[in-house]
Amino acid sequence: MSTRELTFAQAIREALDEELARDERIVLFGEDIGAWGGVFRTTEGLYQKYGSDRVIDTPLSEEGYVGMAVGIAMTGMHPVPEIMFGDFITLAMDQIVNQAAKMRYMTGGQVAVPITIRATMGGGRSSGAQHSQSWHAWFAHVPGLKVVVPSTPYDAKGLLKTALRDPNPILFFEDKVMYHKIKGPVPEEEYLIPLGVADIKREGKDVTIVALSRMVHTALAAAEKLAQEGISAEVIDPRTLTPLDEETLIQSECKTGGAVIVDEGYTRFGVTAELAAVIAKGAFDYLDAPIERVAAFDVPIPFSPPLEFATIPDEERIIQAVYRVLEGRRPQ
Amino acid sequence: MSNHTSLPVEPTLLIEMYRRMLTIRFFEEAIFDVYRKGWMPGLAHLSDGQEATPVGVCMALRSDDTITSTHRGHGHIIAKGGQVEPMMAEVMGKVTGYCRGKGGEMHIADVSLGILGANGIVGGGLGIAAGSAFTAKREGKGRVSVAFFGDGAINQGLWYETANMAVLWKLPLIYVCENNQYTEFTHWQKLTSGEGLAARARAMGMPGVEVDGNDVVAVYQAAHELVEAARRGEGPATLICHTIRYGGHHVGDPGTAYRTKEEMEEWRKKDSIQRCEQLLVESGVLSPQDIEATRTEIEQCIQNAVQQARQDPFPPVEEVNEHVYA
Repeated sequence: MSTRELTFAQAIREALDEELARDERIVLFGEDIGAWGGVFRTTEGLYQKYGSDRVIDTPLSEEGYVGMAVGIAMTGMHPVPEIMFGDFITLAMDQIVNQAAKMRYMTGGQVAVPITIRATMGGGRSSGAQHSQSWHAWFAHVPGLKVVVPSTPYDAKGLLKTALRDPNPILFFEDKVMYHKIKGPVPEEEYLIPLGVADIKREGKDVTIVALSRMVHTALAAAEKLAQEGISAEVIDPRTLTPLDEETLIQSECKTGGAVIVDEGYTRFGVTAELAAVIAKGAFDYLDAPIERVAAFDVPIPFSPPLEFATIPDEERIIQAVYRVLEGRRPQ
Repeated sequence: MSNHTSLPVEPTLLIEMYRRMLTIRFFEEAIFDVYRKGWMPGLAHLSDGQEATPVGVCMALRSDDTITSTHRGHGHIIAKGGQVEPMMAEVMGKVTGYCRGKGGEMHIADVSLGILGANGIVGGGLGIAAGSAFTAKREGKGRVSVAFFGDGAINQGLWYETANMAVLWKLPLIYVCENNQYTEFTHWQKLTSGEGLAARARAMGMPGVEVDGNDVVAVYQAAHELVEAARRGEGPATLICHTIRYGGHHVGDPGTAYRTKEEMEEWRKKDSIQRCEQLLVESGVLSPQDIEATRTEIEQCIQNAVQQARQDPFPPVEEVNEHVYA
């Protein structure tokens, strides 16, 4: 299998390109995704290749075009609305939560609602409190939705292609900091990655670090530093929140006996809390120390870099959390 | 039996309109009775008084055209061809209901008939209707999409957002505003700025047509013109139908605290079904005996649906986790 290096944005673009070519029911919607190519370049060239009626520039009407996507999906197509900054997804909340997520259930299974909503997440760009948030946890709370949170170009492409063939409404979160900074190998050949299968990004035996999206890279960097101190950290990426691969998380915990859970979303009632509960229940007899959670501080994301970087998890906070887990171990 | 030529529509069409309006009226009255007897869970939002609007519009539609409905949606569903038996079963939460009891009276859908669901969020179905219109335009078969909504929904942002895109992209979408005068418990004029609902539609760049929503023939004629224009690719339009709901906002509201007796008496004089019966008899299409027989037949049909639904089983608890995901 031949591979080449692609950026995260290029991997997303390639998945969209291949699926647009494969399935004419797929239509992209979003603000400046067409002629302009997307503000993060994830749709570059697709408008020119597939035309203005498949790669559609919308007005600034998130509720309107996401709502329209629900009807398009219910009538047999697969719309892909893009939320340029994930923060704007609040504008479309009713259509996602009250319409897309429930239509199948409320109709007793009469319809499927295949929508893939692509939204960005992530701070660290001094974009201020309304362009930096990570809202994936909200959607994992809603029955009827699936939530995908990839961390590498390889995963992003394989998971997005799967999402574009799934008959359910899916929230696909892309960390905008990764678009052009994260590169990785992507096969030339077609491949799909199933939803609900976690990936062990680094094997280890002393502690389990569970991380999502860009935080996987932060966790891997922390694990590398810990290795130099003789601490062997396993890094697990769930890749999707719904469905969630509980078994892989629990098995890793049973092996290492300690867990640090890392997420760029907020701490309070966040992803880290749910994953901690899953691990605590599934691996209770193997836990040697309290589970540590490392997530964004519960404040609006600040503008000034020293403040902003303090709120978002970094290597040092992960390492300190690992130390606490190891120190807190019950005597063997 | 000789005055057919003065009829504005074909006699068979007028009879069908009459039957559907009567079905809606009796269905709603039966639900009120079912509610009072404690045979249904929850509340119901009834549309008796408004029958001419859904029937006039839906009789201008093809079977493959789609509609989206509202929390006050029973009339739209019957008008588009929905069957009263699975509707009544759904109202009672039975497994034989259109949605296997999972939707309830506010969420009845029959996708095979182009009924893309009633909606509990005011204006919430406008996106679905616009999306169906988008698909229809892409299919190129002349299909249209109708969005029913009330006077309350015209103050929701989704109306403006979808109207803007529908006009920009010339979608075959007919917005049908059923102005039943009251946004829940408040008169619409207290809540709505500008020169009325049609003016807003025209401001968005589409035709805004107002019609007596209690005159089924007038609604049909206005809807037919707009629907056919949309089929030809001329883009969206808004039809405002002025009407009234006889009951309250829901079955638990008598509707008397915010409306006067005189106001309601004036509306009763414009009753859609009485006017239709008068037209049928005066034009000689149906005799008074035919009218009476039709009423008896439809009332019996509704009562049968009530009795059947009462005997039908509730969904087994095992179904609670089904249909969350496809």
